[in-house]
Amino acid sequence: MKFEEIAQTAKEEWDALQASAKPSIVVGTATCGRAAGAMEVMEALRNELKEREIEANIMETGCFGLCDAEPLITIKGPGGPSVWYRNVTPEMAGKLVEEHIVKGSPVAEHALGAAGDGQVDGLTAMSDLPMLKFQVRRILFNCGVVDPSNINHYIATGGYQALNKVVSGMSPEDIIDEITRSGLRGLGGAGFPVGRKWDSCRRVPSDVRYVVCNADEGDPGAFQDRSVLEGDPYSVVEGMTIAGYAIGAQKGYIYVRAEYPLAVERLENATAQAKEKGLMGKNILGSGFDFDLEIFQGAGAFVCGESTALVLSIEGKRGMPKPLPRPRTTEVGLWDMPTLLNNVKSYSIVPWILTKGADQFASLGTERCKGTAVFSLTGKMANCGLIEVPMGTTLRQIIYDIGGGIPKGKAFKAVQTGGPSGGCLPAELLDTQVDFDKLTAAGAIMGSGGMVVMDEDTCMVDVARYFLDFTQKESCGECSLCRLGTLQMLQTLEAIVAGEGDPDDIDMLLELGEAIKTGSICGLGQSAPNPALTTIRYFRHEYEAHIHEKKCPARVCKDLISYVISADKCKACMICLRECPVDAIRGAKKEVHVIDQDKCIRCGVCMSVCPERFGAVECIPGRLTEADNA
Amino acid sequence: MEDHLAEILSTHTGRRSELIPILQEAQEKFGYLSDDVIAEVAEFTHVPESTVFGVASFYTQFRFVPQGRNLISVCRGTACHVRGAPMILDEVSRQLSIEDGGTTPDLEYTLETVACIGCCALAPCLTVNGKVEAKLNPKKVKDLLAKEKANEV
Ligand SMILES: Cc1cc2nc3c(=O)[nH]c(=O)nc-3n(C[C@H](O)[C@H](O)[C@H](O)COP(=O)(O)O)c2cc1C
Repeated sequence: MKFEEIAQTAKEEWDALQASAKPSIVVGTATCGRAAGAMEVMEALRNELKEREIEANIMETGCFGLCDAEPLITIKGPGGPSVWYRNVTPEMAGKLVEEHIVKGSPVAEHALGAAGDGQVDGLTAMSDLPMLKFQVRRILFNCGVVDPSNINHYIATGGYQALNKVVSGMSPEDIIDEITRSGLRGLGGAGFPVGRKWDSCRRVPSDVRYVVCNADEGDPGAFQDRSVLEGDPYSVVEGMTIAGYAIGAQKGYIYVRAEYPLAVERLENATAQAKEKGLMGKNILGSGFDFDLEIFQGAGAFVCGESTALVLSIEGKRGMPKPLPRPRTTEVGLWDMPTLLNNVKSYSIVPWILTKGADQFASLGTERCKGTAVFSLTGKMANCGLIEVPMGTTLRQIIYDIGGGIPKGKAFKAVQTGGPSGGCLPAELLDTQVDFDKLTAAGAIMGSGGMVVMDEDTCMVDVARYFLDFTQKESCGECSLCRLGTLQMLQTLEAIVAGEGDPDDIDMLLELGEAIKTGSICGLGQSAPNPALTTIRYFRHEYEAHIHEKKCPARVCKDLISYVISADKCKACMICLRECPVDAIRGAKKEVHVIDQDKCIRCGVCMSVCPERFGAVECIPGRLTEADNA
Repeated sequence: MEDHLAEILSTHTGRRSELIPILQEAQEKFGYLSDDVIAEVAEFTHVPESTVFGVASFYTQFRFVPQGRNLISVCRGTACHVRGAPMILDEVSRQLSIEDGGTTPDLEYTLETVACIGCCALAPCLTVNGKVEAKLNPKKVKDLLAKEKANEV
């Protein structure tokens, strides 16, 4: 079939859906939505519709990025506006169907906003929501909008035009030229120019080449790649197919974490549908170009995100980075063939660039970093979510304008980007622009898109310990400085948080950290000390408080805090006394409760059970003993 | 067991690159990788048993002992960590009297930690047999496990 016919069919289906006389309900069923209960909500909505004998179009969609609003659904009556409802529960289904669909009056109290024809009084336009207003959605264009299991939706919204353009007239050089001119840099973290990588892979003489997508997403605070795979899998598949055409490869692999079953399912479906339409497989769109994709599920090793380790893992081996000196993966990769490895987002933006042009892509961004960046914004944030902003947006704009600042009136302390390889930046650096070079200069890294915000209640020594614990476990053991050095750093940090820190520890951490960075062959070891080094650089006083005063100022480290019950606020209700797992609380009815500091294990149960209106249990820095109670 | 493994192997050709997918399918079927399974996979893929074990033990996904009937996975992602995941893990561990990675003697529960289950806005969270329990604190964990245990009998 010709592409024009494929596109026509897709458009007809999409237009019919938009113009349908039936009401429509769209449910966000990405992993985050499901975790919040989206599948139960969808079931409840179906039942309510069935009971009333209403026919409606129910569609699933990917992550729209408004995590705090999940489960998030959109209801549109024929001709009416689309209304987004937030935090929908199965119990709300009846009311939403009755009011919005049957009576045609949207339920303002549960609405997040509205869009489309006929604005509703009292409802914000979706495009005015702070969380969305400052975003530019290119990579996330389709996420939360189309049905990610229906290729026709993708095609109707502009998908596969780029592949069609490419196979029906562009030379591989033209494509690589366009990508190079766009200034696109790899979005997996290192920011290597994508066009240059494609070009160098193409130039290696070989009959066989491979295209590999890195969807390992090992950063334990990030979900942007998963969201793209779940919400817009076709863009990645199309981008990889174009890459195959450009470098002369006929086979591609998507290395995706086994922990992402929904992403795997959506990708399997996407590749099957693309094949059915002649957009993948033999003789794509009659051009004579063959390309096939296979999905490989990563078995859980952070280091396999590194290119040479990833390649070994696909080959069925232990994923240990190849020793130096070694040729580049673009020269000697999978089964020793030239192999192109890019991140999920790097591929998914390719169709956009080839459709809209390199110039338009480069119209956004900073001098050396063009386009947009996607972040998973989490931690102590009013609005957590998946966001996309132009390169060069400041951390302050992201955290305050989009994220809505820190909840509960707490003070901002730090923002962590780049996960275990990244660093923590303090309030003084909030005006740093996000791009590869500027974040690196500040001591953090861009990374693949994890951004975790920390407030005054986060202990920076504990954060460093947390990341070192992660990298130490994930170190493959190949380089002794990484294997033993991260362990020693971890043990030192563990001693500090336990109140057993030594005044020399800080200098030792700095020295050892630098040694690990220079003595490791892969990015894991080269960056593992970063969380410790940046927290020492910007939050040294917290280390000193732990070491010298034996206090955790943020009240996190169990050995350096105490729980106390305020005699003024305690209503002697016996709740904490009964719930304490070690019977460390004394008192009786009408007798103020007191915590036995020697027995207390600082589990925090008393604080979590004390009724909020009393708020009598307090956590304070420093370790009290029974002598202090006297 | 033999039949099931044969069924899995029949969909593969025995190439080295199939090793990890085969192990994944075998674990999916049996819950863990026994010595017998490893031996048979080794024969099928023409690599030494030690190599198969070497590969399997490199990846955190693979287990070599049976797992409890209920799997509790506490998220130790960064967002969960800063919102109190360590307290959650401690509480589960105390309630079930097992450490991270352990299984109760009655084979009822296995406790594990996972890198990130990807619902950071709902932090801190854990999953019980895949179902997410969100925005936890020690008290909620205690109630949750009490409910689980009551359902068990
Ligand atoms: C320890 C380690 C883990 C990595 N994890 C990932 C990952 O999960 N996803 C990713 O795209 N890149 C990861 N990378 C970076 C890749 O090695 C590589 O630079 C990237 O996939 C190239 O794609 P890009 O140029 O499109 O960014 C990791 C690197 C290291 C050293």
